[in-house]
Amino acid sequence: MSQAVLILGATSAIARAAAAAFAGQGYALYLASRDRDELRRSAADLRLRYGVEVRYGPFDAEAIATHESFFRSVIEDMPNLHGVVLAFGFLGDQQAARDFRLGEKVIAANFTGAASILSHCANYFEPLKRGFIIGISSVAGDRGRQSNYVYGAAKGALSLYLEGLRNRLFPVGVRVITVKPGFVDTAMTYGLPGLFLVASPQDIGERIVRSLDKSADVVYLPWFWRYIMLIIRHIPEPVFKRLKL
Amino acid sequence: MATLTALLSGWGRYPVQSCEMERPERYADLRPVADGLIVRGQGRSYGDAALNDNGRVLLTERVNRLLDLNAEQGILRAEAGVTLAEILAVIVPKGWFLPVTPGTKLVSLGGCVAADVHGKNHHRDGSFGDHVLGMEMILADGSHVSCSPSEKPELFWATVGGMGLTGIIGEVTLKLTPVQSGYVMVRNHVADNLEQLFQLLENPATDDRYTVAWLDSLATGPHLGRGIAMCGHHAAKEELPAGREYSPRSERSRSIPFDFPSFMLNPLSIGAFNALYYAREGGKQGPFLSGYAPYFYPLDAIGNWNRLYGKRGFVQYQCVIPGATAFDGIRTLLQKLSGSRRPSFLAVLKRLGAQGKGLLSFPMAGYTLALDLPIRDEGLFGLLDDLDKIVLQHGGRIYLAKDARLSAESFRAMYPRYGEWIGIKNRVDPDNLFGSSLSRRLKIAEEKA
Repeated sequence: MSQAVLILGATSAIARAAAAAFAGQGYALYLASRDRDELRRSAADLRLRYGVEVRYGPFDAEAIATHESFFRSVIEDMPNLHGVVLAFGFLGDQQAARDFRLGEKVIAANFTGAASILSHCANYFEPLKRGFIIGISSVAGDRGRQSNYVYGAAKGALSLYLEGLRNRLFPVGVRVITVKPGFVDTAMTYGLPGLFLVASPQDIGERIVRSLDKSADVVYLPWFWRYIMLIIRHIPEPVFKRLKL
Repeated sequence: MATLTALLSGWGRYPVQSCEMERPERYADLRPVADGLIVRGQGRSYGDAALNDNGRVLLTERVNRLLDLNAEQGILRAEAGVTLAEILAVIVPKGWFLPVTPGTKLVSLGGCVAADVHGKNHHRDGSFGDHVLGMEMILADGSHVSCSPSEKPELFWATVGGMGLTGIIGEVTLKLTPVQSGYVMVRNHVADNLEQLFQLLENPATDDRYTVAWLDSLATGPHLGRGIAMCGHHAAKEELPAGREYSPRSERSRSIPFDFPSFMLNPLSIGAFNALYYAREGGKQGPFLSGYAPYFYPLDAIGNWNRLYGKRGFVQYQCVIPGATAFDGIRTLLQKLSGSRRPSFLAVLKRLGAQGKGLLSFPMAGYTLALDLPIRDEGLFGLLDDLDKIVLQHGGRIYLAKDARLSAESFRAMYPRYGEWIGIKNRVDPDNLFGSSLSRRLKIAEEKA
C-alpha cells in the first residue's frame, strides 16, 4: 500500500498543486476542507490523472471541537498516513486590524485552528517515530506591517509553533518543515496591486514536495524570498516604523 | 470576487482591449454577474470572441478537473476549463483519442464546444459538437441546467458553436475515439496547382481519415494553388515496427521569447520558406509514422508562435465555400491575395463534410481556406472586406472563432440560421448578460425576436 498524505485546506490553489505533485510521486491522498463539492471534483481529477487512491472528508479549521474525531476518521480511512500538509489560510482584509471580530477569525483560521489540528497530527506520528508535517506559513509572518499585521501575527505564531514542534519531534525522526511562500498567483492575491516576482502555484506545489528530499527546516519559496526577508528583518525598528508597508 | 483589469487580446493579438477579469477556482463560482460577461478559456480564439471591451471576462483556466472516464466505452466527463493537452495526457495511454481536434491542444474543452471546432477529419467525423453527449450549463438566471441532443436540444445546438453567448459551459461529456497507438501513419501527396490539389482532396484513393492540404500562397500563374495534401490515420498495432512502444515520447517545446519585427515576414522570406517546405514535405513520398503531437499540433512545439507576426498582430482569415462553387471561389480568393502582395505565412485548404446541427456552427459541405495575414497597415482590412464579398458571392461564410473584423451585415448573410438562434438566445438570456466584443461588433442581440 502506498504512503498517504493528508492535505488540510485542499481546495486552495497551492494545496491543489501540492496534492498533484504528491500524487505524481505515487502518494495516496486524503483531501480535507469545508467544501465537499470541490473535494469530490479534485479527488476525481487526481485519481484520473495520477492513478492514485484519493479520499476526502469535511474539515473546518475553525471548528476545533471536531478536529479529534476528524483526524481519527482520516487514520481509519488511511492507516498508512505518512505525512500532513497544512495548507489552509485566510487573508481577511484590512478591516481585521480595526475590528477585532474580523481579526479573531483571521487568528482562528491561521493559528488557533492550525495549532489544534497539528497537535493531533504530532501526537499520532510521535510514537510511530516516522512521518512528516509540512506547515505552510507566510513571509508575512516574518515582520509586522501596518497593511496586514493581524494575518502576519497569526502566520508568525504558526511559524513559531512549527519551530517548537520541530524541536519536540526531531529526536523521534518526524520531519517538520515550515514553508514560507512569497507572492503566489492564487485567488488570495488575484488583482492585488503592488505584487512582484509572483510564482505559479504549480511551481510552489512541486517545490513543497521536493523540500522533503532536502535538509532545510524553513523553506522560502521561491528561494530568493529568504534574502528579501533577511533584508526586511534587519531594517532597524526606528526606520521600519516610518515605512509605508 | 477579486478582479484584475488588464489589456487582453486573442491569439492573433488584434484587437487589444481593456477587460476586467475574474478567475474563479471553485465550480460554484462559475456564475453570471449583473453587468454581463463573456467566458474565456485559453484565449485561443484569434480575434475578439473572448474579449469584452471595458467589461467582465470570466476565466475558466482554474476550473479544469477531469471528473469521470469510462475506459471501456470511452466516455469522458470534465470541467470545461480543462485543456485538450491535459485530456490527451490521460486518455492516450488508455487507448483513446479526441474524436475531433483543432490544430492546437492548448485550447479549453469549453472553447471547443463554443466554437464547434473541426479538425482534419471533418469530412468523415463531423465537428466537435457531434461527439458531445451532454453538458451542464450555468444560465443567466444562475440555474444549473443539463442539455444534450435529446434533453433541451434547442439550448444544446444553440450553445454548440454559440461562441459562449447562451450561458456558461460548466461540464462537458465527450465520446472519445479508440486508437491502437499514439502514432499516426502519414502519407504526403504533391500537387502542382490548385486543380490537382482539389483532385487529391476528393480522390478516395488518396483521402484518409485525416486529410488537410498546405498550400503555397505565393505561387502564381500555372502554379497557383500548388501544395501538399497530408493524409493520415491512427496507426494500427500491426503498422508499428517491431519494438516500437505504444506511445511516442513527448516533444520538447521551444518558445518565441520576443515580438519579431514585422518586416521579418515579407514576400521574400515567406517565399523562401514555402519553397523549402514544399521541397521537404513533398520529398516524403512513402508513408511514414509520426507521433500524434507533431502531426496534429506542429505549432504547439513553438510556444507563443503568434509573436512571429510582430507587435501589431495578425488576422487569421478562414472561410468555407460550398462544394459546387468552391474551386472557383478559392481560386478567385488566391488570385486576389497573390495580386495584393500581402503574403500569408500559413495557407491551409481542407475539404469539409456536411453541415452539423449547431445553429451558428461554421462548417458546411465544401472547402475551407485559412490564411494568416500580418497586420502591417490598415490596408489589410480593405482587402479582407473584398475577400468577404468573394466568399458571399460564392455562398460561403467566415469562421467566427478566427474573426476580428467581419461586418454585422455580412455575418447575417453568411449565417442563415441566425434568426432561429437569436430566438433561443433571447429566451435563455433575456437581458443579454452573455456578450463579448465579437457579439457587439456583429450587433448580436440588438434586435429582440
